[in-house]
Amino acid sequence: MIWQAAVDRHPGQLLPGPWEVAGGIGDLFEHGLLLKYVVASLFRVTWGFLLAALIAIPLGLTIGWYRRAEMAFSPLVQIFRPISPLAWIPIAILWFAVGDLAAIFLIFVGCFFPLLLTAMSAVHNIPAVYLNVGRNFGLSTADFISRVLYPAVVPQLIIGSRITLGIAWLVVVAAEMIAVNSGLGFLIIDARNAGNRYDLVIAGMVMIGTIGLLLDLGMRSLERVKSFRWSYTED
Amino acid sequence: MTPPVRDVKLRMEHVGMVFERDGTSVSVLEDINLEVSDGEFICLVGPSGCGKSTLLNVMGGFLPPTTGSLAIDRALVHGPDPRRILVFQEHGVFPWLTVEGNIGFGLSRLSGAERDQRIAHYIQMMRLQGFEKTYPSDLSGGMKQRLQVARALAVNPDILYLDEPFGALDSITRLIMRGELLRIWQSERRTIIFVTHDVDEAVQLADRVVVLSSRPAKIQDVLTIDIPHPRNISSAHYLAHRDNLLKKIGLAYTA
Repeated sequence: MIWQAAVDRHPGQLLPGPWEVAGGIGDLFEHGLLLKYVVASLFRVTWGFLLAALIAIPLGLTIGWYRRAEMAFSPLVQIFRPISPLAWIPIAILWFAVGDLAAIFLIFVGCFFPLLLTAMSAVHNIPAVYLNVGRNFGLSTADFISRVLYPAVVPQLIIGSRITLGIAWLVVVAAEMIAVNSGLGFLIIDARNAGNRYDLVIAGMVMIGTIGLLLDLGMRSLERVKSFRWSYTED
Repeated sequence: MTPPVRDVKLRMEHVGMVFERDGTSVSVLEDINLEVSDGEFICLVGPSGCGKSTLLNVMGGFLPPTTGSLAIDRALVHGPDPRRILVFQEHGVFPWLTVEGNIGFGLSRLSGAERDQRIAHYIQMMRLQGFEKTYPSDLSGGMKQRLQVARALAVNPDILYLDEPFGALDSITRLIMRGELLRIWQSERRTIIFVTHDVDEAVQLADRVVVLSSRPAKIQDVLTIDIPHPRNISSAHYLAHRDNLLKKIGLAYTA
């Protein structure tokens, strides 16, 4: 309502009104673009995030477990970590050309370091008492990993993944503005370039926000699983 | 009444422990010599920070001693072993497993039926009925400790090491837990080595009380408590033992 009132006071300058944006979303839906772009963006986020998780989490757990490995890798990680994933855009296009792979690569880079650091710190934070109990009961190495290490780090990995998925969703929009020609990021930049359709720009933003919220809700529901819901700080 | 002659279960000879910290070495244990008989209930007492827990961790195989040797059943100890389980002061149960899951933690080699039977037995013994599917976050402190003891007993260990297991509990719960521990000890006859800083706890439970000096811990005295169970904690005999132990610990504090 505030939005509509503000737009009414400054017609044609500030933003398109909510009704225009709703109309824009309707337009996109009718042309089949809405679903196509949402699916394209989600596809890239899913692959970039999953690939990063598949590599960064086991690697981070291993590095975190071995103190020496951590001392060796830590400077490298600290150099790469502050580089914005967007700085990799030229490299991504050079290596993978304009297309899905470039966007997936950028999301991968954006997710890799946060997940690596999450996994490393998750191993560090396992209370010694759990490790001692695991050793006491004479578990094999495989059992020790699956029945003590893994469950002990899961809650922290879920929290880290939730934050990282948020990052992935930020990166995909930027990546799509440059590296591909579909998706919600492309929609925004294309709507502006091809005729200043600001109703579609805002429509894209609304969709990005809504899907970001849904992704976060999905990750939160994982946090509520009983065997994940404990934390080290309780009692 | 002469106690039956029992085998030596655990023998420590000249055990010493030195920690290196920031380039300086701190001696925590010095020349500990102790023999524990099979089925004996030993309490370790001493001033806080003296190294009681370190000694227990050495006995459990978690820390290799810097000097000296530790043998159990005449075999040198090289690491932790499921035949001797350490019960920690707190946070020892796995928060990601239910009561059943925790008790069954060390039982993965048993068949399903055997495991279920063992779990049911210890749930009943530790009075955790009705909480089989409950996670530790929904249990009281006393129940968590009972659960930890149940998980330890379920693997049928020869020796139970307890590191101030009731230290974080309120005094009434502690009294109840002591009673339960004695009941288990009498029915299952395991060797128990119990660290505490509570003089009453030691006199109420132990066959022998080992008094440690302040750091570096040496064995200052070993008191035999020759009162049959259940012990009347207001009898003159009990109080004499208690006073005697207090005196020894008083010496330990000033030594």
